[in-house]
Amino acid sequence: MNTPYYQSQDLKKFKNISDWSPELGQKFFDYYNSVFEEGALSAREKSLIALAVAHTVQCPYCIDAYTQDGLERGIDKAEMMEAVHVAAAIRGGASLVHGVQMMEVYEKRSM
Amino acid sequence: MATKSLKGRVHELASSSAQLDFLSNGIFADGGLPTFKNKIKQTQKTGLRPKTLEILQLNLGYMCNQVCAHCHVDAGPDRKEMMTRTTLEKCLQILKQSSITTLDLTGGAPEMHPDFRWFVQQASKIGVADFIVRSNLTILRANKKYYDLPEFFKAHNIHVISSLPFYKKEKTDRQRGEGVFSQSIQALKALNKVGYGKMGSGLQLDLVYNPSGAFLPTNQQALEKDFKTALKKDFDIDFNQLFTITNLPISRFLEYLIASENYEEYMERLVEAYNPAAVANVMCTNTLSIRWDGYLYDCDFNQMLDLKVASAVQHLDDFDLNSLQDREICISQHCYGCTAGAGSSCQGSVV
Repeated sequence: MNTPYYQSQDLKKFKNISDWSPELGQKFFDYYNSVFEEGALSAREKSLIALAVAHTVQCPYCIDAYTQDGLERGIDKAEMMEAVHVAAAIRGGASLVHGVQMMEVYEKRSM
Repeated sequence: MATKSLKGRVHELASSSAQLDFLSNGIFADGGLPTFKNKIKQTQKTGLRPKTLEILQLNLGYMCNQVCAHCHVDAGPDRKEMMTRTTLEKCLQILKQSSITTLDLTGGAPEMHPDFRWFVQQASKIGVADFIVRSNLTILRANKKYYDLPEFFKAHNIHVISSLPFYKKEKTDRQRGEGVFSQSIQALKALNKVGYGKMGSGLQLDLVYNPSGAFLPTNQQALEKDFKTALKKDFDIDFNQLFTITNLPISRFLEYLIASENYEEYMERLVEAYNPAAVANVMCTNTLSIRWDGYLYDCDFNQMLDLKVASAVQHLDDFDLNSLQDREICISQHCYGCTAGAGSSCQGSVV
């Protein structure tokens, strides 16, 4: 049994989640498509946000999909990497900011 | 990056029949993906047939100063095929006799043809509504003898359509060769200087975007906006329209797809993105493509695969428009490139 948990071809089966719950599936995909339409943010900006979030949630399907989407939109590698660093900065910052709690507990308990 | 054409490298994909065999086998033979013929049958009432002929596209020859990685022509400095003066004269006769509204000169680099200026002078006297020259831009800066071409184009009211894969150096040079981006920028500035792309000049300068890899182009309008903003901000360059063109899986782009192990996934993407609305407007329905040796094709891609028109008339010598119009358009799996998403043609998206 060497089948990996994640398989790239499963991304194409994403729509199948509607099979067991058509109504909720339909609602999700309608919502999803609306979210990515041009709005106050451009579809291009949304694609970069999606790429950053994909790295934060570490979803291989999303990273595959939004790297491809970025290429199609003419987003270059420097922009993509900056988006990933934004994700990393927030993620790293979220750990580090808890250091304040650590410092406070440490100081309170120490003589 | 290769410095010679597939033909110059004696690569098996230099053969059009080898390409057609490849496109008909593999995932299309084992039922993994539907053939284009079957797909058309599912969505269209009839096969592809010509509408009124509007565009005559002449491929003056395959010689080019560049060896782009995605080139569907397999053009390059080592290609010597060129249209003769006699064949060019026959093309002029057809233009005079027909109601063709667009004359489209392509190659290779059409400017490298020894009779290029003579032909442009003669053809411009006939007065087609839209006279296009497809320029790779760098040729305008390749040699001093080409430096005056922007003025020459202007004098003959040529509509210039130029390739520029991206508005940044890295992607452009990876697809088209080191130094191509900066030369292209210089050429665009030279075109702008004589009025091309400038509002109110009446001199049309359009750019062509090809994806620099195994992916499809995005929305044409959105990308045009990005190109305009970036080229203006970084280089003070103006142009009129951007045409997004999907890379078709033939010739050197097919070589790239196979070598990078992207072929199957790319074909899946094209098939998934098949759009019946694009089928209705594909360029082969209003275009006729003429090869350097006078043979006739439904489009420049079919020319490169040597899929001659399915008609009793296959050569310029026997040209008869009525007879030619009564034909089916030749198709193979490469046609998925023109029907994906918003569609693709030499004039950009079609939907």
